Amino acid sequence: MLTRRIFLKSTGLALVSFGVAPRVLLRTAYAQGSRRKKALVVVFQRGACDGLNVVVPFGENAYRQMRPTIAIPAPGAGREGALDLDGFFGLHPALEPLLPLWKEGTLAPVHAIGSPDATRSHFDAQDFMESGTPGLKATEDGWLNRLVQSQPDPEATPFRAVSMTPTLPRILSGRAAAVAMANIRDFDLRGGGNGPAARGFEEMYEGAVHDVLHGTGQETFEAIQFLKKSDPGRYQPAPGAEYPRGRYGESLKQVAQLLKADVGVEVAFTDVGGWDHHAAEGGVQGQLAARLKEFGEALAAFRRDLGDGMQDVVVVTMTEFGRTARENGNRGTDHGHASFAFVLGGDVRGGRVHGRWPGLAPDRLYEGRDLAITTDFRDLLGEVLSRHLGARDLSRVFPGYAVSSSRFPGVMRAA
Amino acid sequence: MPLPHLRAAGLALAVALAVPAAALASKKLPVSPDPDATIVHVLNRLGFGPRPGDVAKVRAMGLDKWIDQQLHPERIADPAVATRLGPLRTLHLSTGELIARYEVPPQARNEIQEKKAELGNNPSEEQVRAARREFMQKYRDRMDGTPQDVVQDLQSAKVLRAAYSERQLDEVLADFWINHFNVFAGKGPVKFMIGEYERDVIRPHAWGKFEDLLRATAESPAMLFYLDNWLSADPNAQPAELRDRPPRGRLGRGPFGRRPWFMGDRPAAAPPGQGKGQKRGLNENYAREIMELHTLGVDGGYTQKDVTEVARCFTGWTMRNPRQGEPSFFFNDRIHDHGDKVVLGHRIVAKGGGKNEGDEVIHILATHPSTARFVSYKLARRFVSDEPPKALVDRAAETFRKSGGDIRAVVKTIVTSPEFLSPATRSAKVKTPFEFVVSAVRATGADVGDARALTQRIAAMGMPLYQQQPPTGYKDTAEAWVSTSGLLARLNLALDLAAGRVRGVSVDASRLVPASAASDPDAVAAQLVPSGLAESTRKTLESEAAAADPARVAGLILGSPEFQRR
Repeated sequence: MLTRRIFLKSTGLALVSFGVAPRVLLRTAYAQGSRRKKALVVVFQRGACDGLNVVVPFGENAYRQMRPTIAIPAPGAGREGALDLDGFFGLHPALEPLLPLWKEGTLAPVHAIGSPDATRSHFDAQDFMESGTPGLKATEDGWLNRLVQSQPDPEATPFRAVSMTPTLPRILSGRAAAVAMANIRDFDLRGGGNGPAARGFEEMYEGAVHDVLHGTGQETFEAIQFLKKSDPGRYQPAPGAEYPRGRYGESLKQVAQLLKADVGVEVAFTDVGGWDHHAAEGGVQGQLAARLKEFGEALAAFRRDLGDGMQDVVVVTMTEFGRTARENGNRGTDHGHASFAFVLGGDVRGGRVHGRWPGLAPDRLYEGRDLAITTDFRDLLGEVLSRHLGARDLSRVFPGYAVSSSRFPGVMRAA
Repeated sequence: MPLPHLRAAGLALAVALAVPAAALASKKLPVSPDPDATIVHVLNRLGFGPRPGDVAKVRAMGLDKWIDQQLHPERIADPAVATRLGPLRTLHLSTGELIARYEVPPQARNEIQEKKAELGNNPSEEQVRAARREFMQKYRDRMDGTPQDVVQDLQSAKVLRAAYSERQLDEVLADFWINHFNVFAGKGPVKFMIGEYERDVIRPHAWGKFEDLLRATAESPAMLFYLDNWLSADPNAQPAELRDRPPRGRLGRGPFGRRPWFMGDRPAAAPPGQGKGQKRGLNENYAREIMELHTLGVDGGYTQKDVTEVARCFTGWTMRNPRQGEPSFFFNDRIHDHGDKVVLGHRIVAKGGGKNEGDEVIHILATHPSTARFVSYKLARRFVSDEPPKALVDRAAETFRKSGGDIRAVVKTIVTSPEFLSPATRSAKVKTPFEFVVSAVRATGADVGDARALTQRIAAMGMPLYQQQPPTGYKDTAEAWVSTSGLLARLNLALDLAAGRVRGVSVDASRLVPASAASDPDAVAAQLVPSGLAESTRKTLESEAAAADPARVAGLILGSPEFQRR
């Protein structure tokens, strides 16, 4: 890892000395020149996660006042409280497994981030965040798919874009090939990928050229063959990488397997539900705490599992919106506006909370009730896509939005 | 769904749309030159696909008559289904009986918690299995089964009904409404309430007035719990007056909760805001979803202010006995917000105790033009195509308005329309996993003795029945179900089913592929898919015919691109 970085840096230096290499090109060279591809993993928290109880603004009095029964206490108050990050923000105590990542500088929380559309509908808000076009329902494909479209790669493997879900999510649907896979182990055809049935199906789907199933059929058969050759199942988690039980932990473990097996993954997706806490959300303990425990454990296990490989990987978490700043009448929270994102990776400027904090004073709240958005989710993604993956055509990934580096939250380290 | 062959077919559709209004009004259905293909199409849309011999039966009866009969399911004798459902013993029990006999006792809950703590963070499968066995042994005399058994019976019943009921359209419509008014079995006691919800709330109103259906769901314990309205109260209601509060009960997570890992659920969390002297308050969850998902649609013209006002109107719509005894709707005027409200421009004033406010909201929503349009659009999308013709949706919405939301009339408008019967509409829909599995069972004339394995296959394709967490229900459009993983699961089911490798299901592949027809794939296809076989499919099947393996040919047919559509 180190060797390659030095090599690239010196190559870059040489270019600079000729005066022809702006920094952005240098980064592009770095992203493209590496033998192993850079990879992006997106984790979607479906159901609208309560960012205010994840990255806790314990330094703000209004926070405690608005949440009499569910606020997370400030650190060091004698009982269990937030895990101090910077004297103002703290992590929910159930995210303790992520603290080492914060300390080593690979975890960068972004606060007050979200989609600018005002909808408080789960369905619409998820749709907008996956299409990458807030307010526009007619967009046919997802931004992760358009990212792949925007960088054609004749040498791409069938696993360039993969979703560890039983169905293909909106975010990855579109013209570029993408594999959905509930489980690596089950991803095979009865009788084997070369059996007579497989050949029969392959012929039929090959011929169904006018059908949307045609492409899916081809992708399926290619993926089966490719998977057989590379056998990612033999990559077991590194010592100490303990993924929590359940689909979500399993899916991140399998993303790690695919990455370690070097099958050409560039973008991977998975999702995790259980964040819609209208009632009995809980504080230090309770329903949200239980979900966060699993959420954090899986990310920490993933980081440990990848080891040095984390240098080439960035994980971004997202959720469709946040929740009301005030708790509701049932010790829960209703649908709100801004929430948080975690960015995790070797090239991430971790160890600091990113994003401008809008505050929770009544006049600072969105529509008088929700945390306001100060970072458009497309600006965070724009930064990660360009600086980590070397994406050049962001206007194609986020049509109708002028992604500008001046608005990047600054989560990626300069190359 | 922008498919080339559909686009090309758009022309044919445009021609069909040019049928003069007089022809539309006439009772005579437009007749296709290929009547069997129309019959297969109708069997695929008003039901879950043809069984061996179905096409001939409908031909003999006459398609018009068959459709008319399906529109009046109460006139169709249906003895086979009762026999099939017989072994599912939880199916006919009330919610209270299910809770009493299938819920994990509180004492066991505590023990499970202790066991979980003992096993630590990542117990092995064996440890979990052993622990489960131990608990089952210990509590066997107090429980007739587990909460999972209750959910399993619901799932099995759904598959068996769809596969064997003669009232096919009734099953399609019940499935449509269950999905439209989705509730999630994984949230708290909802799993015990779904049986009653489907039996006493959805099915009796499925063919009636939409407003009655909407009201029945609003007052159902399943919906009250799932979307939290049973907890919603006027924040200014006096705590002392909460003595009529719902009994203490365990709360599940929100609609996006997750499946439990152990014997069922997590242990009791303290019910929020229900401790002594605790005040409760407003919960917007139901108010938002009744407008966004049940009636107006997300663009139906409501605001956040309307959401809050509707939530205030529904304060006090709660239930008795959510966790023991028989849960039942109950209006608690003590926690109702009695102040004036304005909903969608209508001023709403409490009369008497204030229950009238929620009733008025239901009436306003059920009779709103956006609702007529949204519900008609969704029905047309289910029956016709992912992007149903606007003219058809307009006519269906007009029927909805003129008939006071008469569901039977709206469905009839759609399924007797020229757009529906047009050849261009054939095979336009991709089957959902549920539709695919059931249609494969029907196509092979399979005998399902135990539907559990089939329900597991459907779940693995991303559609665990009664377990859709978000209130949106399952998607009804192609892009949601076309994926590598989903396709692979379908191909494997096709091969397993045809070869008799699905537990609990016996299949005689020669019923689908009789020896006489083995070399004539088109003859087989004519009984199954309305738009014929693609050249590549025909060639593949012909080359397989030489191998004289009916199971493999049947498997290939069920897995063919053509059979993934309806």
